[in-house]
Amino acid sequence: MANVLDVVRRNQESLLQEWLEGIKGGIRRRDLIDDRELKSQAAEVLTMICDAPGEAALDNLNSPPWQPLKDLLASLSTTRAVQGFTPSETAMFILSLKGPIFGLALKLHKNDVDLLFSEITAVDDFIDKLALHTTDSYIHGRDQVIVRQQEEMLELSTPVVTLWDGIVALPLIGTLDSARTQIVMESLLQAIVQTNSRFAIIDITGVPTVDTLVAQHLLKTITAARLMGAECIISGIRPQIAQTIVHLGINLEDVITKAKLSDAFRLALERSGRSVTRNSKSNGPVLSGAREQ
Amino acid sequence: MTGIVNKTEMLPIKDSSDVVFVRQRVRVWTTQLKFSLVEQTKVVTAASELGRNTLEHGGGGELEISEVVDGIRKGLRLKFSDKGPGIPDIKLALSDGYTSKQGMGLGLGGSKRLMNEFEIESTPGQGTTITVTRWK
Repeated sequence: MANVLDVVRRNQESLLQEWLEGIKGGIRRRDLIDDRELKSQAAEVLTMICDAPGEAALDNLNSPPWQPLKDLLASLSTTRAVQGFTPSETAMFILSLKGPIFGLALKLHKNDVDLLFSEITAVDDFIDKLALHTTDSYIHGRDQVIVRQQEEMLELSTPVVTLWDGIVALPLIGTLDSARTQIVMESLLQAIVQTNSRFAIIDITGVPTVDTLVAQHLLKTITAARLMGAECIISGIRPQIAQTIVHLGINLEDVITKAKLSDAFRLALERSGRSVTRNSKSNGPVLSGAREQ
Repeated sequence: MTGIVNKTEMLPIKDSSDVVFVRQRVRVWTTQLKFSLVEQTKVVTAASELGRNTLEHGGGGELEISEVVDGIRKGLRLKFSDKGPGIPDIKLALSDGYTSKQGMGLGLGGSKRLMNEFEIESTPGQGTTITVTRWK
């Protein structure tokens, strides 16, 4: 069974050339990987196959001698997932090794069909398993990308901004019924303490669906903020959300709500003894000067 | 439940990210049926409530979304089914403020008000199927 492997070892150079040509003819992504990198990766994989110790059998990919090869392929696939290759492109990298090796096997056993067939079956099986392994690793790489993005989103999605002395705002965006709510609530309460705020505006313009769970989370946050001495105002209630809340039967009567963030801000300013006044009707000297030119 | 079913889609409800996906798919369907923004929001909210009920009380199940036609009017039908413990007292479950868990107790009754047709079939120990329809 090791016959083919021997021939592969002897013809490593020419095999590499054929393999690279096969990859270039088929699925190469010039935009994602350059010739030199592709060649060095292919050469590395081929060397790993050739350098496998004598006891490494083609029919048992899970045996320890193949572990370095599997690790190499795994890291290649993970990199490709990040670079933006498709799963089939990643798998084709390995699968296109079949043609050249079959060619070698054919030359070796031209006169013995039975032997040729069994050799080709073994190689075919081996390379299929390698390709499946790359696909698995590829998906694992993708999963890691997704997990990282999820974590980034959790961090990104809870910015508490200070609008004025003693007035903080929390613009909520996206779905509220996951682990996010807890983080949102904590960061708001934290910000209230840090900034000594008396008013907290929760803006839900970016929340697509307000159902009972979202409402319950909001009410809990408001109650907690109240216990800390801060008044909460909910803003960004769009008409369709207002109607839905009424039909659901959610009672928001104890909560101050406003349609727009600016209304909520104005109210918070008023309640804290401030007001916004306009000193002049003109647009200011810069603009009127521009008009004269 | 009247009307001829035109086309359907099945969605699994196995964890809370599925509930998010249910909302997104229902929103796409309501947009395709050219529901108004208010109607869209109502249907999506009801789907969110019932989907979460399927997950939390039914221990997971599935949703069948279908477009129904009755004469000249079109509508969207959502069928949530689970194989959970079932609802022992449907009348009590529908009353506002009653909750068997930690929620507000408004989901079921609220969904009924958000949709046009509402039907519960539940056998204790065998599961629950809730079918709701909103006509355009």
